Amino acid sequence: MSPDNIFEGAGEVSSNGGNSSERKLGYGAAVVETMAQIMREDESVFVAGEDVGAHGGVFGYFRGLQPEFGEDRVVDTPIAEQAIIGLGIGSAVQGLRPVVDLMFMDFICVAMDQIVNQAAKLKYMFGGGAKLPLTITTAGGAGLSAAAQHSQSLEAMLCHVPGLKVVMPSDAYEVKGLLTSCVREDNPTVFIINKRKLGDTCHVPEELFEIPLGEGHVVREGNDVTVVAIGRMVDEAKGAAEKLSNEGIDCELINPRTVQPLDIDLIVESVSKTGHLVIVHEAVRFGGIGAEIAAQVQEQAFDYLDAPVGRVAAPFSPIPFSPALEKQYIPDAERIVAGIKNLF
Amino acid sequence: MEITDEILIDLYKRMVRVRLFEEEAGRLAESARLPGFLHLYVGEEAVASGVCAALENQDQITSTHRGHGHLLAKGGDFNRMMAELMGKSTGYCKGKGGSMHICDLDLAMLGANGIVGAGVPISVGAAYANKLKKNGLISVAFFGDGATNIGAFHEAANMAAALSLPMLFVCENNEYAEYSPRNKTMAITDVIERAAAYGFPGAIVDGMDCVAVFEATSLAIEKIRKGEGPMMLECKTYRFYDHVGVKGTASNYRTDEEVEEMRKRDPLLVHETRLIDSEVMDAESIQAIKDEVQKEVDMSVEFAENSPSPELEDMLVDVYTTGESS
Repeated sequence: MSPDNIFEGAGEVSSNGGNSSERKLGYGAAVVETMAQIMREDESVFVAGEDVGAHGGVFGYFRGLQPEFGEDRVVDTPIAEQAIIGLGIGSAVQGLRPVVDLMFMDFICVAMDQIVNQAAKLKYMFGGGAKLPLTITTAGGAGLSAAAQHSQSLEAMLCHVPGLKVVMPSDAYEVKGLLTSCVREDNPTVFIINKRKLGDTCHVPEELFEIPLGEGHVVREGNDVTVVAIGRMVDEAKGAAEKLSNEGIDCELINPRTVQPLDIDLIVESVSKTGHLVIVHEAVRFGGIGAEIAAQVQEQAFDYLDAPVGRVAAPFSPIPFSPALEKQYIPDAERIVAGIKNLF
Repeated sequence: MEITDEILIDLYKRMVRVRLFEEEAGRLAESARLPGFLHLYVGEEAVASGVCAALENQDQITSTHRGHGHLLAKGGDFNRMMAELMGKSTGYCKGKGGSMHICDLDLAMLGANGIVGAGVPISVGAAYANKLKKNGLISVAFFGDGATNIGAFHEAANMAAALSLPMLFVCENNEYAEYSPRNKTMAITDVIERAAAYGFPGAIVDGMDCVAVFEATSLAIEKIRKGEGPMMLECKTYRFYDHVGVKGTASNYRTDEEVEEMRKRDPLLVHETRLIDSEVMDAESIQAIKDEVQKEVDMSVEFAENSPSPELEDMLVDVYTTGESS
């Protein structure tokens, strides 16, 4: 399945008799709608990246922007990830609000100097004088047989760098609220779009709204175990929670929404109630964000823990191409169920 | 274009400011009164001075690890610079950036840079902002010959050309990438060939002559401001001191004779001779400028040494911009 097929059709706005409270929007379409609305209200916002203009992005999440805003505000760039980030940094320092796209998250590695040594640190190194209202959008996540260089979840690498904010929307509603916050934010943010979610729809308000960066969300309340799921794993964890409720295990599901800053208070509070914690992410287990969460929870809530902290994550290998292997590689509801049961 | 006496004197003052500040910084480093690495600009003053004298105040520059000269030539403040080199809270970066991250956003100086070549893509971004805002400004990227071997330079050059940005590339070719000579690190003699590869014009300039640099820059930026896209100057220059510090690791990457030979073309001497020969200034007024600048340098050392270090609570300040976004 090509990325375009994933997006096709499912991103359209579906009108439900004009009732705004029921309006559904696709995850990919939410990016387009949000960007268009922000660009209408703020002339300093522009989009740049490979194929974002005429083609609307390889995943289509910038489709329709260039016809409305023109080539100067929706800029097709060369394949040059360092220069794309540099374009964002230099223009942000000059007071614009660039949204620069890196197409696949794996490509951040090509631009790591500009992201880690420049964007993240300029403000600090300059003694606070600079503002960097820069948003980097990029598509992460596995599940399309895109193999080892087009499927990774590298958020832990970014979280490790002071100065960056790292945002992982799990549905279309969060896409709109979090992307709005990112673009209006005066710090460099990395907005990670999950490519398997592009066609999924949910209720999304028509008007722009902000979801604060650094505030997690309790997706489901429960008493027996806290499950922290990142990005698309929220969906899988919901499935796991449903299954376990039939077996008498009541899960409290937390979606941090942003992994830097991380809403550790919400997690600690929940663990204090449930006494059990399982963290779920698509990234490899070793050195993943789950390790950080586990460490912080044992620091702050050790006495509340009734069992070791569990992690359900990818094994320590590059992402395999074969669908047969990839399916086993990415955590799913079944593995989450097993991971939770391990604690009891 | 006419080079007035006023311009000639201005160029000289800029160079003297760089030279005397840098010599002082070198002395301080040698007596261990400066922490960290120090990359001195001595020998290359004609480039920064010639370029910056041709710019508008709000034209942006990005700089290199050898960045003191760029900021000083653009009008940087001795006190804040010296304090920064000493890691004091009164410094340009409140003591948290140091020599390699000196910047002054009010002067549109977007920072020295500890990563070779990394300022060039940032300059592309500033140029893009100028294009979008239609403000008539240009951005200038300073970089060394060594930086033209790194990917960031090539990505930036291509993007600036593809997007036809108001940007001037200024290569300070001092013939050495740190301690490795140009002929060991690239297979071309003139870096300017690389501009042609990306489809924009350029010129080789005597980087030891501030007037030549000023004239070339003025011509280039006139075209750039008209919207003709980026251009590049390759300024052939030379660094009198080592890559880091003042003199001599035990390394023999270049000979003392070579350095002595190049010192005969010292950009300050070249220009002093011109000023005297053309009777714009006499030896006495030249010395008066030097004395005055040296006094300012001395005061900056005093200012810096008497300034407080940052407090511990400053450690975590300015990692992020906080508060309401503007």
